[in-house]
Amino acid sequence: MTVRIQTEDFDLGAEILDLRRSNTSIGAVASFVGLVRDLNHGTTVAEMTLEHYPGMTEKALAEIVGEAKQRWNIIDTLVIHRIGPLKPTDQIVLVAVSSAHRGDAFAACEFIMDYLKTRAPFWKKEQTEAGAHWVDARESDEAAAQRWNAPPR
Amino acid sequence: MITLLYFARLRETFGLSSEQTNLPADVADVGSLTEWLRQRGGAWQEELAHGRPVRVAVNQDMATPDTVVRDGDEIAFFPPVTGG
Repeated sequence: MTVRIQTEDFDLGAEILDLRRSNTSIGAVASFVGLVRDLNHGTTVAEMTLEHYPGMTEKALAEIVGEAKQRWNIIDTLVIHRIGPLKPTDQIVLVAVSSAHRGDAFAACEFIMDYLKTRAPFWKKEQTEAGAHWVDARESDEAAAQRWNAPPR
Repeated sequence: MITLLYFARLRETFGLSSEQTNLPADVADVGSLTEWLRQRGGAWQEELAHGRPVRVAVNQDMATPDTVVRDGDEIAFFPPVTGG
């Protein structure tokens, strides 16, 4: 399990190669990359700044990954989250999960991302034509995280 | 002593990212600590008002109003998270 909080960009291909090459039992890698969009609620975003809570961020992400490991048969995980100033089209976050079979990797990757959105202490501040403002939390993100608690159908 | 941390909008509104203070005698949990901070008035009263979506972590774990606060704890106040 690797968690990295960094200002620098990341290279998806190189990161996934690192994640998978040392283990011949890996049959699947699922990954998600989150990007800065130029439009949020109809206003143009020129730049955003990501703030976090050093210490708690790493702890929260380790707990989220730990919970994913309890739920699915996964081999390894990588979470990279950038902080500091970011511009539209920049990469913000990478979640990658390796497993023997695709189902576990797909599900765990989405679970980690949904929990990261609602439980890891990051905050976005957007710079728009109308000035700077802190982004409000979205109920749809909470709903996405909550559905993992629903009883299996 | 307890360490109080403020993040994002709260840090900006309070003009403060952290402070150390003696644990007030009548503060036993997150709820009473929040009430104690609210009594500072102004931005504190406004941002920490009942019904405002403020989250609290005690020693880097998410807390609820009845989470116990002890001497030496690190207690953080912040808005709902918006990462990813």
